[in-house]
Amino acid sequence: MSTYGGYALGFVSLFLIWQLASLYLVSSVLFPPPTVVFRKGWLLLRNGVLLEHLAASLRRILAGFLAGSLLGIPIGLAMGSFRSVRKLLEPYTEFLRFIPSVAMITVAVIWFGIGEASKIFLIIYTTIFIVILNTAAGVAAIAPNKIRAAESLGATRAQIFCHVAMPATVPYILTGMRLAMGNSFTTIVAAELIAANDGLGKMLWDGRLFMLVDEIFVSLVTLGLLGFVVDRMFRWSIYTFAGKYSPAT
Amino acid sequence: MPLVSFLDVEKTYRSLQGADYTAVEHFNVEIELGEFFCLLGPSGCGKTTVLKMLAGFEAPTTGQILMDGRPVTGASRDRGVVFQGDDSLYGWLTAVENVEFGLRMRHVGKTERRERAMRHLELVGLKGQEQKYPAELSGGMKQRIQIARVLANEPKMLLMDEPFAALDAQTRALMQLELAHIWRATRTTVLFITHDIDEAVTLGKRIGVMRAGPRSQVKGVVEVALNGARSRTDDGFLRYYKEVYEMIRDEVAKSIAGAS
Repeated sequence: MSTYGGYALGFVSLFLIWQLASLYLVSSVLFPPPTVVFRKGWLLLRNGVLLEHLAASLRRILAGFLAGSLLGIPIGLAMGSFRSVRKLLEPYTEFLRFIPSVAMITVAVIWFGIGEASKIFLIIYTTIFIVILNTAAGVAAIAPNKIRAAESLGATRAQIFCHVAMPATVPYILTGMRLAMGNSFTTIVAAELIAANDGLGKMLWDGRLFMLVDEIFVSLVTLGLLGFVVDRMFRWSIYTFAGKYSPAT
Repeated sequence: MPLVSFLDVEKTYRSLQGADYTAVEHFNVEIELGEFFCLLGPSGCGKTTVLKMLAGFEAPTTGQILMDGRPVTGASRDRGVVFQGDDSLYGWLTAVENVEFGLRMRHVGKTERRERAMRHLELVGLKGQEQKYPAELSGGMKQRIQIARVLANEPKMLLMDEPFAALDAQTRALMQLELAHIWRATRTTVLFITHDIDEAVTLGKRIGVMRAGPRSQVKGVVEVALNGARSRTDDGFLRYYKEVYEMIRDEVAKSIAGAS
């Protein structure tokens, strides 16, 4: 309960400092106080505009994030388990992970157009390498005695994979997914800034275009809150459904 | 016929720098069915290498290890292993689920394997702790889970690699007494690795004393003719302690000289 109290206090102080700063420190139309931003946000929420943008961004993030994780986990497991697979795929992962997803936007738009496919491609791209690397690192970190014990207890190689290697790697996979979720937020905004018909990034872009400073701030606050809530939900579901696999005990 | 025979076993670790290391050489030992065999030696003498080869985790460079007359070619559920540390336990499984692991892998029915796991948890004194995860249990309790996990799987023999070395002195003494009690109740064949003379005389029916490494082998075997629970203050216990101590003293000196 004290955690929630702490969070509430933290947010209240954040908005309070912002309010005071915009009233007395940088009194400008370019830096609206939270009261103005929230009033505008409430308006956009009521007429459905905000929800529409939010839903568009969230849909893309979820689709790309899930697809990227579902592809990344088995690849990471295979890379961690088999030397040959690692040698074969390392050039791809080690080369591509240094090309940021933001740099891939142009290519994505050329290949997939400005529709949903290019956004989902970019989210998959930004998710998959982190999930692969964390999963493979998790497999590599399994204590050899866990495997040896299973062998001496009569487990087959397939059983060791399913009942020892997989569960021992789950905390690493979840950590990778959580990091990937953060990246997805960065990527989706950048992609929508450049090419999209809706989404929180599009909202930012329109705000700039029409000098709607308060809409820009509504979009920024929404992104922050959305990221915060999604990350908490992720953590909460890890502790609830996979408590014994939790990354840090 | 002995249950296990080491026939002129040698183990050499190849080094990329060219300085190969021969841990054991001309290693010969026989372990009889139902006996508690302690392998005692100074640190770095290759005791653990011997256990790893019998477990099937590593192959001998030359020579052969026979069990029931057949060569050991890999890990098998015939030889259950209790490791020194707790990193072999499965942190995502409860105590009882850890103990059931081997039975589950063999598709033993749920009711039966639970019943057998509970029986063995009780045997090692962990009744009431079965739903806890390893991280919630003390070092001594975790070693008890390991012992129960191996016993529930009913191997032909137990291999124990200094299982109490990381425990505090009081817990270690208690665990030794309980292991002696369990062994008298089950009469499972045990190969027990230790560097502690006191532990070897407390537990062993026979004690194989190893030379200092490298190129280690068994210097001699002491048969401990003490029955029932042993007491450290008995004359008989002290006599065997002295005998083993005199055998190992020079080897420890050599081991320390070699290390410095």
